[in-house]
Amino acid sequence: MKFQPVIGLEVHAQLKTGSKIFCGCSTTFGSEPNSQTCPVCLGLPGALPVLNKKVVEFAIKAGLATNCTIAHHSVFARKNYFYPDLPKGYQISQFEDPICRKGWLDIQLEGQGPKRIGITRIHMEEDAGKLVHGDVPGLENGSGVDLNRACTPLLEIVSEPDLRSSDEAVAYLKQLHRIVTWLGICDGNMEEGSFRCDANVSVMPVGSDTLGTRAEIKNVNSFKFVKQAIEYEIQRQIDLIEDGDSVVQETRLFDPNSGATRSMRSKEEAHDYRYFPDPDLVPLVIDADWVQRAQKALPELPEHRQQRFITEMGLSEYDAEVLTASHELADYFEECVAFHHNAKAVSNWLMGEVTRALNDSGTAIAACPVIPRQLSELIKLIDSGAISGKIAKTVFEEMWKNGGDPKSIVEKQGLAQVSDSGAIEAIIDEIIAANAAQVEEFRGGKEKVFGFFVGQVMKASKGKANPAVVNELLLAKLKG
Amino acid sequence: MDIFELTIHELHRKLNARELSSAEATRAMLERIESVEPRVGSFITRTPESALAEAAAADRRIASGDAHILTGIPLALKDIFLTEGIRTTCGSRMLHNFIPPYSATAWERLRDCGSVLLGKLNQDEFAMGSSNESSAFGVTRNPWDTARIPGGSSGGSAAAIAARQATATLGTDTGGSIRQPSSHCGCVGLKPTYGRVSRYGVIAFASSLDQVGPITRDVTDCAIMLGAVAGYDSKDSTSVNTPVPDYTAALTGDIKGLRIGLPKEYYIDGLDRDVQAAMDRAIETYRRLGAEFVDISLPHTDYAVATYYLIATAEASSNLARYDGVRFGHRSEQAEGLIDMMTKSRSEGFGAEVKRRIMLGTYALSSGYYDAYYVKAQKVRTLIMGDFTRAFENVDAILTPVAPTPAFKIGEMVDDPLQMYLSDIFTIPVNLAGTCAMSVPAGFSASGLPIGLQLIGKPFGEETILRAGHAFEQATEWHTRKAEI
Ligand SMILES: [Zn+2]
Repeated sequence: MKFQPVIGLEVHAQLKTGSKIFCGCSTTFGSEPNSQTCPVCLGLPGALPVLNKKVVEFAIKAGLATNCTIAHHSVFARKNYFYPDLPKGYQISQFEDPICRKGWLDIQLEGQGPKRIGITRIHMEEDAGKLVHGDVPGLENGSGVDLNRACTPLLEIVSEPDLRSSDEAVAYLKQLHRIVTWLGICDGNMEEGSFRCDANVSVMPVGSDTLGTRAEIKNVNSFKFVKQAIEYEIQRQIDLIEDGDSVVQETRLFDPNSGATRSMRSKEEAHDYRYFPDPDLVPLVIDADWVQRAQKALPELPEHRQQRFITEMGLSEYDAEVLTASHELADYFEECVAFHHNAKAVSNWLMGEVTRALNDSGTAIAACPVIPRQLSELIKLIDSGAISGKIAKTVFEEMWKNGGDPKSIVEKQGLAQVSDSGAIEAIIDEIIAANAAQVEEFRGGKEKVFGFFVGQVMKASKGKANPAVVNELLLAKLKG
Repeated sequence: MDIFELTIHELHRKLNARELSSAEATRAMLERIESVEPRVGSFITRTPESALAEAAAADRRIASGDAHILTGIPLALKDIFLTEGIRTTCGSRMLHNFIPPYSATAWERLRDCGSVLLGKLNQDEFAMGSSNESSAFGVTRNPWDTARIPGGSSGGSAAAIAARQATATLGTDTGGSIRQPSSHCGCVGLKPTYGRVSRYGVIAFASSLDQVGPITRDVTDCAIMLGAVAGYDSKDSTSVNTPVPDYTAALTGDIKGLRIGLPKEYYIDGLDRDVQAAMDRAIETYRRLGAEFVDISLPHTDYAVATYYLIATAEASSNLARYDGVRFGHRSEQAEGLIDMMTKSRSEGFGAEVKRRIMLGTYALSSGYYDAYYVKAQKVRTLIMGDFTRAFENVDAILTPVAPTPAFKIGEMVDDPLQMYLSDIFTIPVNLAGTCAMSVPAGFSASGLPIGLQLIGKPFGEETILRAGHAFEQATEWHTRKAEI
């Protein structure tokens, strides 16, 4: 029997609001335990939550960018369960009336057309704290509770079970990751858990329309692990069914060391969360005006921009995708093109030399020491024949290290390309005279030697000779 | 007249005229507490040293000419209000050792006025009860008859006023917890409109019903206290941002033409005869003062108690989840492992009434029962709100008894919680509707127990009921009687 996997993803994106969702505490990662807490996020008696408006704005942005309907009226609910890292004994989340519903986004897999993946809902919630086991301050071999993360704002983005392979799941996840980082609402840092996902996986026989029993894999925090976890889980479930066993509905954990998932707890004994509307928070009302303003303030989305780079600028699908990996990179690219209309050359430089330099030095594009106007001028110098592509790399290096405009660097260091045929002719004559044996070889039909002559001329001109002129004159002279 | 007999406005006059210092008044109050406390048991925690320091500071403030009417006035608070650095127990063993690092907004406002804190008052555990018998710190006795309960849950606050142990106090009212003990102790007690006073720093029982309010000797003091604590608080999302009127200016004494509704569902057969008689006399008094009476109906009254016990316990079960022994308060010493620690801490920390209500609320919210209980209760709540909205289209205020009977005997209803729940039958609908109501002394039973009348106002109609209560007080002398203790 052949099996068809069915996958839905629940993504948790931590919002870059700077302060927590229901109090004013900072959300900076990695601070001294419990240094970023107050009565509200500690869940002290008498403390009350106050909604951070920025969280709502971010949620609206995320909803609009994923084609969701923004609810005019949404409600915060309490999700009740006991756990030592949950200070109030309940988590404030949204349940029956989330802020966004019924959206979608398109994914693109190589060699296939776009596929539309439904988004069931997006809701706002607070994170829990964290337990630290082992030697904690003041306690040997004990357990400590760090509540710095408690009350940190999260968006939970729930997809429809529309995904049919691990590749689709990763493509969807990457697309979502690009959108939230593009909007500037999430830093996307998967290692620190700012962007993590739960995967619901089931399998059913091909041709069936009855969904199989699903397992939920909790908190996977890299694209690679998501792929591994889903693939392992699909195979595990198929093996179970083929062996005549059945899949149990349960929560599983992915272990990156073994590449396997293992059971965490079974759903049968899962909590009854006893959701009900939080009486400490009034219903959230969002008028059409607010949504309209958010819509207007929304930046051009990556997918659209990528498409525009292909159609308007003639870039390849691949180049356009790379250049829209981040908002900043796409902006940089467009600024360059505005100064010098050679999109292909700018694209090559950005994806080549610039990216290399950024990676080597660990610099973000926004902090690139060579600004778009300067990079454009450099490319202009190449295009006008003033310098060779090779010299340009030297100039770029100088601009990166010490700054300055490419034109003045070329002038100061005398790097301008020599296209004057008289000067080049003189060099060629000297080279031909000094290498009689090679001239014979060439004339005897060994055309490979031509490259040797080009190299010698370029070397003698310190790379400044215009290669086109060199080629033309050299060929004429050698052929005699 | 003894200093401890003075109202806020009387004491303020003397402080302002330098006939008396706050230090003297505070000392007099502390002595009074000392002498009657063994018979009453109003206090959980007393703070004489800080009180005297605050009094000295108040005297300096008065001398500098920068005094508020509450500057130097000795007050006490129900132990449900967080007081920074001062133990706050909420009447529970769960919080017997809890010293909060911050203060409730309502108390902060009083402190900013320069008032003096004498201590923290006894209450039913987590404000659950109508008799003050569920406190982990022992019962409080009714100063009018120490064999009887003072009412609950703000019983300590009302008893302290009746026993003259504080000039004024603050309580909280979830289903009648200010009005019912005020009625039983012969005090004035006001439950403001939901959202009028910040709940920040007040230990939650049922968030959508709880409201902070004053318990005082007379209506004027009640207006003064309400004016000081009312108003928007950015730390409480449910607090309402409308201006706070000058409540004392509303006390004109003139209620001619005031239309008062008498809901037929509240004047039922079987109402205690003394209570009925007090109501009849009160209606007569109001007629004489120029008020008009209108027969009205609040048709969903019968469902109020059941609705209340579903909503209040559901919210309480969730609000009390944070008391798990992990971060503060009581932690069991017998426990092994996490689940055991939480279970034992909660088992040891909570008393019977609190456990009963947590169980009820957990059940009402659990899957499979949520729609049948919680959701249905919310629907009925909407109907009850509608009853009041319709009634207030025709009347300015509603007059009812506060409690069906005067204070009962200690221990009398301990084994009959359902009967006890019914003692809040006239106060609960007001909390469900979210509007305001006040208890004013309106007579005494044959055996000399105080009886209060309840004036229910429109949402944010505190000025109207204060004016009506004040006019009644001017025309009667019930509030001037003293408990012999
Ligand atoms: Zn905080």
